Amino acid sequence: MLNQTAADGGPYLSLRGVTKQFPGCLANDHVDLMVGRNEIHALLGENGAGKSTLVKIIYGVLRPDEGEIVWRGEKVTVQSPAHARRLGIGMVFQHFSLFESLTVAENVALGMNDPKDRANLRERIVDISQRYGLPLSPDQTVHDLSVGERQRIEIVRCLLQNPKLLIMDEPTSVLTPQEVEKLFATLRRLASEGCSILYISHKLEEIRALCGAATIMRLGRVVAHCTPSEKSAKELAELMINAELDPPERSRRVVAKDAKPKLVVDRLTIKSPHPFGTDLKEIGFSVYPGEIVGVAGIAGNGQTELMDALSGEVPSGAPERILLDGVAIGHSGPQQRRALGGCFVPEERNGHGAIGAMTLSENAFLTASARRSLARFGFVSQARTVDFARQIIRGFDVRTTGPKAQARSLSGGNLQKFLIGREVMQAPMLLVINQPTWGVDAGAAAAIYRALAELAEKGAAVLIISQDLDEIFLVCDRVAVIAGGRLSPPIPVKQATIEQIGLVMSGAAAKSEDGASVREHA
Amino acid sequence: MRFVPRGQVSTFWTYASPVLAIVLTILSTGVIFWAMGQAPGPAAYTFLVAPLVQAGGLSALAVKAAPLIMMGAGLALCYRASVWNIGAEGQFTIGAIFAGGFALAFPDMPGWLLYPGTIMAGLIGGALMAGLVAFLRTEFNVNEILSSLMLTYVAQFLLIYLVTGPWKDPQGFGFPQTAMFSEGATTPILIEGTGVHLGCLAAPLAAIAIWALMSKSTLGFQLRVVGEAPRAARFAGFSERRLVWVALLTSGALAGLAGMFEVTGPIGQLTTQISPGYGFTAVIVAFLGRLHPIGAIFAGLLLALSYLGGDAAQIDLGLPNAVTGIFQGILLFLLLACDILILYRFQLASPRAKAIGAAE
Repeated sequence: MLNQTAADGGPYLSLRGVTKQFPGCLANDHVDLMVGRNEIHALLGENGAGKSTLVKIIYGVLRPDEGEIVWRGEKVTVQSPAHARRLGIGMVFQHFSLFESLTVAENVALGMNDPKDRANLRERIVDISQRYGLPLSPDQTVHDLSVGERQRIEIVRCLLQNPKLLIMDEPTSVLTPQEVEKLFATLRRLASEGCSILYISHKLEEIRALCGAATIMRLGRVVAHCTPSEKSAKELAELMINAELDPPERSRRVVAKDAKPKLVVDRLTIKSPHPFGTDLKEIGFSVYPGEIVGVAGIAGNGQTELMDALSGEVPSGAPERILLDGVAIGHSGPQQRRALGGCFVPEERNGHGAIGAMTLSENAFLTASARRSLARFGFVSQARTVDFARQIIRGFDVRTTGPKAQARSLSGGNLQKFLIGREVMQAPMLLVINQPTWGVDAGAAAAIYRALAELAEKGAAVLIISQDLDEIFLVCDRVAVIAGGRLSPPIPVKQATIEQIGLVMSGAAAKSEDGASVREHA
Repeated sequence: MRFVPRGQVSTFWTYASPVLAIVLTILSTGVIFWAMGQAPGPAAYTFLVAPLVQAGGLSALAVKAAPLIMMGAGLALCYRASVWNIGAEGQFTIGAIFAGGFALAFPDMPGWLLYPGTIMAGLIGGALMAGLVAFLRTEFNVNEILSSLMLTYVAQFLLIYLVTGPWKDPQGFGFPQTAMFSEGATTPILIEGTGVHLGCLAAPLAAIAIWALMSKSTLGFQLRVVGEAPRAARFAGFSERRLVWVALLTSGALAGLAGMFEVTGPIGQLTTQISPGYGFTAVIVAFLGRLHPIGAIFAGLLLALSYLGGDAAQIDLGLPNAVTGIFQGILLFLLLACDILILYRFQLASPRAKAIGAAE
C-alpha cells in the first residue's frame, strides 16, 4: 500500500523490518524508517545505537540480513555504493575521503562512476557551488582548505549526481557555528528543490532547528518517531538514552590571584613532523590548580600536535617552553613527565591510549607502572597490576568481564572510562585529555565529566582539548581557541558566547591580528 | 563460497591453524611423492616416521632441532616487536666464525677458560652482525628485512674466504676447512654414545628464558607493546630505538650461539657447509610456533624432522634432497594461508547471497 502512495508524494524511502546482525551484536533490530519528499529527516541516537549501520545499509555498503528497502515506490536491493548513486542516493561521510595533494576538481573526478561525467567538470562544480551557496574553486589543492571547505567538496560531489536523497553523517561535528548556519541554509534549499535529506546527528538543538521529522534509535531499535520541533531537547535526549537526564552542575571556580600555575606553556613553537600537519606557533597559556581549561577548535588546527607536545611524545626542544609545577620539561619524554605528575589521555583509544589486543591489566601497566609502582626489579608485578586494574574497573564503573578482558572487547565509552580512570587514579597534578567524550555515550560522558570535576576539586589542573563546544561550555572554567596552530588567550567561560568562540575558531581573529594578540596575552 | 570477517580473533584457530597447516602439508607432500612415482603412504612413512623409530633417531632429531629452537625463540621475540630480522642464517654464520676463530687462536688455553670464551665469541659474533642491522635501521632507517637478508650473503662469503684462505688447515689435503678444534673448545656430549650435546639442553632453556622475558618482564612488555601498537609505545614513553636494538641483539646473539654450538659440536671445525639453512628454517619455526618461544620448541622439533626425513627419502627412496625444502616451503605457505581462519570464517554459500538472488 505504501508503494501506491509513493508516486503522489508518499515516502521517498521506506525501510521495513531491517535487521543486521554482527558477531555478538544485533546492530539493527527490525528498523522501520520513512523519509518523505522534501523532508529533512533526522536519525537520532547515541553512539552504538545503530545509526551508522542503518545508513550503510541504505547506501549499499552493508547488506541487511532481513527486511526490505522501498525506494520511490519500488522494492530495491542496494548492491553497492555505486548502485546507490545510480539510484539517486548520495552520502556525505563523517570522515572525508579526499586526496590532500590533489585539487578540488581532481578529487571530484575521482568519485565519478562514469568517465563521461567528467566533461565540463570545472564549470559544473562552479555552477553547483554557486547555486547552493557552497563557494569552492576547482583548482585549489585540498590540503590548503579548511574542514568546512572539504565538506563542501563532498557535498558538491554528491550534488553533481543529482541525488534524490542525501545522507549526511554527523556533518556539523567539524564546523564552526557560523559554518553550521550556512550548511543549514544549503540543506533547506536542497530539500525545497525535491532532494530529501537523511540527517544523522546526536546534537539535539540542531535537529530541532533543521529537521521536520525524526526517528530515534536506541540499541539497534527504533524507539520513537516524532516531530523534533514539538519536543524539547531534554525530551529528545531522554528518548535517546531512556533515562532521566541529569546534567552535571559545576560551580565555576575562580582561581586565587596568588596561586601558582601547575602548567605553563610559553611561546611553544613546533614544526609538525607530518607533511600535512599543523605547526604550533607561539602557543602560550597557563593552567592553575583546581581549574579546568578547555581548548576549542576545529579538527586539524593543531590539537594533535599540542597534545603530543604536552605529553612528551614530540619533545619541544627547549626545556623552558613547558613548565610543569615550575620544572622545565620541554625536552623530556613522557616517562619523566609522568614521574613529575603529568598524566595524559590521547584522542585515539585503540593503538594510542590503549592496545586493543592486550588485557586491561596490561593496559593499566602501560602508563601507570612508575606512579603506581607496578614493576619490581624489572619484572611486572602481576598482583599489583591486576589489583590496580580492578580498582579502575570498580572506581569508574567500567562494564567488562574483569582485568583479563582484552581492551578491544570493551565498547568505546567503557574503554574511555577505563583510560581516564587509569590516569585519574594515578593522582596527577596535571591531566591533559584530547577529546574526552569522542564516540562515548551520554551515560559514560556524564561519568567522565564528574571524574574530571572531582579531580579539579582536589587541586589538580585539568586541560581538555575538544571539538565539542557544548562540552567545553559545560565543564570548563576557561576556554581558549586553537586555530591554524595558534592559541587565543584563554577567557573565562562565563564571559564567552558560542558565537564569539565560533568566530575565533574559523581563524578570523587570528588572521586579522596576525597572532600579535596571542603573544601579548601569553 | 567465501570468507566472512569474524570481527574478532578466534582463539581456537590461532592454535588450530598450524595443526591444519601441518596436516595439509603432509597431504600435499604425499601428492608430490605420488607424482614422483612413489606410493604416498610408504613414502610419507619414510619421510616422517622412519627417521624417529630407527636407532639413534631421537638423538639425531634433538641435534637438528637445537639450532632451530634456539634461533626460532630469538626470532619470535624479534617478530613480536615487529622487527623483521630474517638474517638469522648470517648471524649464525658469524657466530660460528667468531667461536671457531677463538677456538683456533687459543687451542692450548685451559678448557675452563677456552670453552666459555668460545661461547662468548659466538654470542658476540651473532650480536655484532645483528647490531649492524640495528644500526642501519635506527640511524638511516634502512629496512631490516633487506639489510639482514643481504648481510647473510656477506657472512657466507666471509666464511668461504676464511676456510679456503687464511684459516685453511695446512694438513687438510687442500679441503676447504679449518683444523679440528681442540678438546677444550668442543661442546660436551650430554648422553654418551649419542650426538646429544650441551646445545640440545641450552636451546629449550633459552626458549624458556625468552618466554619469561617476554611475558614477565617490563622489557618484554615494552617489546610487545612496540610490536603491537608503536604509537601506544611512544605515548607510554618507550624508546623505539632502544627496543629495536634489544630485539636484534638478543635474536642475533642467540643465532650466534646456535652457530657456535653447531661448529664446536656436531661439526668440530669450520667448513664451507656449516648449516643446511637453519637460519631460514628458523623463520618458519618462529611462525609455526605462533611467535611464542615455547611454541618454537615444538615447531623446531617438527622442522628438524623434515631434515631427517629429507635424508631418509634420499637414501631409501632415491628422491632428491630438495624434498626437505619443498616440505618447509609448503608448510610456511599453508600456514600463512590457514591463518586467514583466525580472522575470517569460511562459508560455503552465504544465506544472504541466496536471499538476494531470490529477490531479483
